[in-house]
Amino acid sequence: MRFFLRKIAGLLVSAVVASFVVFAFLAVLPGDPAEVALGTNATPDAVAALRHEFGTDRPLVVQYLDWGRGLLHGDFGTSYVTHDLIGPRITDRLGVTCWLAAGGMLVAVLLALPAGVLAAAWHRRAAGTVLSALSQAGIAVPAFLAGILLVYVFAVRAGALPAGGYTPLADDPGEWARHLVLPCLSLGLVQGAVLTRYVRSAVLTVLHQDFLRTARAKGRRRRAALWRHGLPNAAVPVLTVLGLQLSTLLVGAVVVERVFVVPGLGDLLLQGVADRDLLLVQGVVLVLVVAVLVVNVLTDLLYHLADPRLRSR
Amino acid sequence: MTGSKRKSVLAACCAVLAGTLAACGSGGGASSSGRTDTLSVGLIAEPASLDFTTTDGAAIPQAVLGSVYEGLVRLDQQGRIQPLLAERYERSDDGRVYTFHLRNGVKFSNGADFTADDAVFSIDRVKKDWKLKIARQMDVVDKAEKTDDHTLKVTLSRPSNGWLFSMTERVGAMFSRTGVSDLANHPVGTGPFTLAERRRGEHIVLDRNPGYWGTGPQLSKVTLKYFKDAGAMNNAMLTNAVDVLGTVQAPETLSRFSDTSRFRTIEGSSTGKVVLAMNNTREPFTDKRVRQAVRYAIDHKALVATTRSGHGKLIGTMASPTDPWYEDLAGRYPYDPAKAKQLLREAGAAGKTLRLRPPNLPYAVSAAQVVKSQLDQVGLKVEIEPLEFPARWLSEVFTKGDYDLSVIAHVEPRDLWTFADSGYYFHYGNPEYGTLLKEGDSGKPEDEAARYREAARLLSDDAAADWLYLMPNLMVADKGLAGLPVNQVGEGFELAGVRWTGK
Repeated sequence: MRFFLRKIAGLLVSAVVASFVVFAFLAVLPGDPAEVALGTNATPDAVAALRHEFGTDRPLVVQYLDWGRGLLHGDFGTSYVTHDLIGPRITDRLGVTCWLAAGGMLVAVLLALPAGVLAAAWHRRAAGTVLSALSQAGIAVPAFLAGILLVYVFAVRAGALPAGGYTPLADDPGEWARHLVLPCLSLGLVQGAVLTRYVRSAVLTVLHQDFLRTARAKGRRRRAALWRHGLPNAAVPVLTVLGLQLSTLLVGAVVVERVFVVPGLGDLLLQGVADRDLLLVQGVVLVLVVAVLVVNVLTDLLYHLADPRLRSR
Repeated sequence: MTGSKRKSVLAACCAVLAGTLAACGSGGGASSSGRTDTLSVGLIAEPASLDFTTTDGAAIPQAVLGSVYEGLVRLDQQGRIQPLLAERYERSDDGRVYTFHLRNGVKFSNGADFTADDAVFSIDRVKKDWKLKIARQMDVVDKAEKTDDHTLKVTLSRPSNGWLFSMTERVGAMFSRTGVSDLANHPVGTGPFTLAERRRGEHIVLDRNPGYWGTGPQLSKVTLKYFKDAGAMNNAMLTNAVDVLGTVQAPETLSRFSDTSRFRTIEGSSTGKVVLAMNNTREPFTDKRVRQAVRYAIDHKALVATTRSGHGKLIGTMASPTDPWYEDLAGRYPYDPAKAKQLLREAGAAGKTLRLRPPNLPYAVSAAQVVKSQLDQVGLKVEIEPLEFPARWLSEVFTKGDYDLSVIAHVEPRDLWTFADSGYYFHYGNPEYGTLLKEGDSGKPEDEAARYREAARLLSDDAAADWLYLMPNLMVADKGLAGLPVNQVGEGFELAGVRWTGK
């Protein structure tokens, strides 16, 4: 329990620091929201008036405190560009990105667990080497490239799946799934390749442990020993990597959303940066940072659950 | 975790996966749509807001002008001014008073009748509430008055031909007195379509306006789908997710649509003039000979062939073929590197280092690279520094004027005035040019074209800038579609005449 509280406190401190860093970073970003809104039709007077309306003519400290005060009340502010509330827009988009990351993770795990275990179990055989080489090649492929290839094969050539776009789950579950398959695959295949390497090495490590030999000596078959004693032990390092990967997936989703025209958080972020919709960008980045922090804390907790030795500490 | 729990989790995962795969099979995917009265159009730049009275950008009028909003007058495909919400109009002999006879039975999408009061309201509102510089086009209006419910009298402080033209554009859009509370999200107009749905980052859906005064469109629903990435948009076209590519971003990708049993390519004229801007107030471009040398040094034909696969018209000045004063001035500065070198020597500018700061848009950067290599050949040293568009380009080049050279498409129709405004980032300040524009604007309508033609020639001869090429209005459409506007003449995308033919 104490461990849990310590983690939560750390998370809160990190979030506050993150909000400051995000704000400071955007404050030095060149480009003025009022100037962008008025474009080539700007006059100095109109720009000044709009700056006043946005509140970007106030001292930075005041702007930061104002933003922070809003955040404490769960208010992310109002978009400069669309004049609507940022909070609901972020939650809306966060849902889409979470589906994408979860789907990508599912693909990665379903791919990496069998592939990694087999690659380890067969590490002396040709099949194991092939699996290992394939995963090595998979790591080298960036997610967006995988996306472009998948679109070409499954959407443009075969016409089996949509090339892009998104349908909300509530509108039509079938269409929702169809639209998510390719983006999740392109995220998951690459992550799966990375994960396969970790699973393989984790399983290889436990294969040579004494306890596995003991289990075999007690009369368990090789496969059963691996399943009952080997995998739970291999799970600990793999879980850590999974946590790290979930963060990578959230970031990778930003790029993949662009390739597949998926209206997720990444798409919102890029649009916000282009429009210099600073409050929106601040909000999205903060949410992403907090999401990564939360994932890390959860990983730590899972780690403790998976490894009884850590619990006593 | 117990064994049975582990199994059930695994079973759940399998169920989800199986469901997904089953869904893959059932959807069927690409079928050259059985659509008969809906249309979806792929576009690149998404409007940040729908309120063109406070937010700039060509994407807003592209989406809503002519579809949701209408003006008293409109431009036809040849660039001529035609009546729209005004059945007819008269111009007084001194050119100062316009009388518009408004159509009967026109309703706004909020149910209110369109009357002369709304017209007065709309014109006054431009002067009062608009934040953009284009609002100045209304400055010439002395007063707008209602004579009766369907007659509007506009008195100008001086005769102005440009004013009537501006009434076909954004500033001429007619707003309802009771429909301007949330223009960013809920536009209210008299047009053939109404806004049905807008999902930011995805699409804008327009529904046929059932109460439209004119012959309604055949399409009941138009979806404007916005893409960040040209490749994704092309894929959408190839998989029938869109029926039209509203603007082909990279002409070299046209070969993907060479299947003539499915696609048709439309190439018309646009108002997008790709300008190589030279900072007229900065050394060495204060010297006309240096500007001329730049124009001689560039092989425009080769540039269009390299960067646009040959899709681009050479224009030579700030005018489009759909402008009444257009003439082909592409031959004024033929490619002549020897002459360019000589002019540079005479001006003492040989070997000068120049900063070329284009926006980071593909067409601009690729054109900048060709410009650099050709200017390098005549002995100038050009450094390219792409700037993020719009934010950084606007702030560095457009506002601060911190550049020697830049490349960008000027898409506003009839924008000769940009060179007359010495505060505009070209900083071209020839008083003779300003006089010609003034005479053209205030003279008889028939003199307008003659004066403007002279002005456009002066601009070209003076080498106020270099005009690399005119962007074609390049679209790819499903073969079964007819009635798409071939030329892009004004700010709106005319969709009302589009229809499906049983192919």
